[in-house]
Amino acid sequence: MIFKKYGTQLFLLAALVVSLVVSLFADQIDDYYMDIALNVGINIILAVSLNLVNGHTGQFSLGHAAFMAVGAYGSAVLTLQAGAPMVSALGGGVFGQSLVFIIALLVGGVFAALLGWMVGVPSLRLRGDYLAIVTLGFNEIVRVVFTNTNADGPFGGALGLKGIEPYTNFFWVFAIAAISVYVVGSMVNSTYGRGFLVVRDDEVAGESMGINTVRYKVTAFVIGAFFAGLAGGLYAHLRTTISAEGFGFLKSVDVVVMVILGGMGSTLGVVIAAVVLTVLNEYLRDFEQYRMIIFSLILIIMMIVRPQGLLPNVVLQRKKNKKTVDPA
Amino acid sequence: MEQFIQQLLNGLFLGAIYALIALGYTMVYGVLRFINFAHGDVFMLGAFAGYYLHKALMPLMGALPAPISAAVILLLAMAICAALGILIEFLAYRPLRSRPRLNVLITAIGVSLFLEYTGQLIFGATQRPFPEVIPKKNIEGLGGLYVSNTQVIVLVTTVALLVALRFIVMKTKMGLAMRALSLNPTAATLMGVNNSVVISFTFGLGSALAAAGGILYASLYPSIEPFMGILPGLKAFVAAVLGGIGNIPGAALGGLIIGITETLVAGYSQDIGIPSGYKDGVAFVILILILLFKPSGLLGKVEREKV
Repeated sequence: MIFKKYGTQLFLLAALVVSLVVSLFADQIDDYYMDIALNVGINIILAVSLNLVNGHTGQFSLGHAAFMAVGAYGSAVLTLQAGAPMVSALGGGVFGQSLVFIIALLVGGVFAALLGWMVGVPSLRLRGDYLAIVTLGFNEIVRVVFTNTNADGPFGGALGLKGIEPYTNFFWVFAIAAISVYVVGSMVNSTYGRGFLVVRDDEVAGESMGINTVRYKVTAFVIGAFFAGLAGGLYAHLRTTISAEGFGFLKSVDVVVMVILGGMGSTLGVVIAAVVLTVLNEYLRDFEQYRMIIFSLILIIMMIVRPQGLLPNVVLQRKKNKKTVDPA
Repeated sequence: MEQFIQQLLNGLFLGAIYALIALGYTMVYGVLRFINFAHGDVFMLGAFAGYYLHKALMPLMGALPAPISAAVILLLAMAICAALGILIEFLAYRPLRSRPRLNVLITAIGVSLFLEYTGQLIFGATQRPFPEVIPKKNIEGLGGLYVSNTQVIVLVTTVALLVALRFIVMKTKMGLAMRALSLNPTAATLMGVNNSVVISFTFGLGSALAAAGGILYASLYPSIEPFMGILPGLKAFVAAVLGGIGNIPGAALGGLIIGITETLVAGYSQDIGIPSGYKDGVAFVILILILLFKPSGLLGKVEREKV
């Protein structure tokens, strides 16, 4: 009974405990595998947060890397410019570092959320492929702006930032991944969250029922962007160097492929796709020139053969099966 | 003032090429209602087709006058890309014809990435110089303005292609079928229009124009690489939206506006204190503004969304 009532909360708690325990034994894990695991976690956050926008709300965004960029730059600039004095002011040590790291991540996340709001507002008037192009445009604008900043300024120009403190560890990555899965999952499954699905399934019908679809679209963008910003902050403090070129259209496509392969609107599917594709990426490292060819073929073949993703949303599927006519 | 007119002229030549690419977007959108994301990569393939054709054919055509061999290369490259465009439509887009538009868009992104990275595998990632078929010469015009003969050729070719396109769309049976299909696909089918043939033709025509755009672009900026199609492709798409997507004169107008704005921003960035790299962001700012304030574009008709 208790599992049924508090299932999702228990999942969150269990995930937090597991990530804490694993991070205590992190020294004994091979660095290479650890690095892959951390990449997996960051990609889970990105894919789950994009899935809220693309999958659940049906607003096709192609600019997720822009939010990641803002989060990465926001948190990295904070720790680079003010990190050391803040850590010592908080008494130094692991506690001070963790606190500063949380603050940095949150600052990056909030900036990303603000950008998400900015992207969400034009999206009120656009849908489908137009929105995709506008978000792609936003992504390019963010990249161009960061690339063309002053090389001596806080953003480091085209060369980007280096020497960022390596604060990211297993606990932070998987704790935030678990929280993002929890937040997105419980939002979508709540009464409130039905609004996201309404926007996806039939916006016009939803509006005529008095549902404020605009608010749902913006909310989805803001929350999706916030988590992408956190992922960006984690990424910056894992890699310790970032540059705007790394947050271009291709990074967004990477995340989109995860969402599509996993099945738009299926949280579990998207998490699995994030894991599989990240690991696959590592295996394909020796065949770097074939990697994107394979990814692009995955996109094309998935759309032709199985547009609902490998692990589609089960509930949605049942509903679809009842209908014989494709509404589109 | 002189500098301003010179910038305007340079923008005009760039804009003409954008217009050429934008036409392909607009035609495909008009007939199929979807954004052919891979159009910019057909543009790239056109430039590479020109490069290889030049390599293969120049020894054979050495005796011919330069303009004729240039025209032969251009027309052959256009034919190759037209065939490629038809092939892409047949393999990737046709199986999705009755699916939601978003699925087709995702496929198109896949096709675009596939062409870019396969191109990188085959052609190599390094930039290569694009050959000069007609030797470049600067012409001094009125009031100290400079125009190169390449720029003049680009403009003349573009105008010729636009006129040819207008003739095809307005005066031929196939053009009539294209217009019918874009107006009402069901009614067109009932009147005996063969959808598949018309769609293939549209893709072929659009791809041929993209190939011409690629070769002309490469003669203005003589360096080609497998990713050269991304930014011009996106900017041309913005041009198509700016003019009103689906509208052929609109695409031409939008191309000119984007080209001129971009050149002006690049030329005056020093004076207004912004980095010249911002020129690549200008098109997207225009895109967002136009979609916010006039989503149907400058020359587009307002379409009521059907429930």
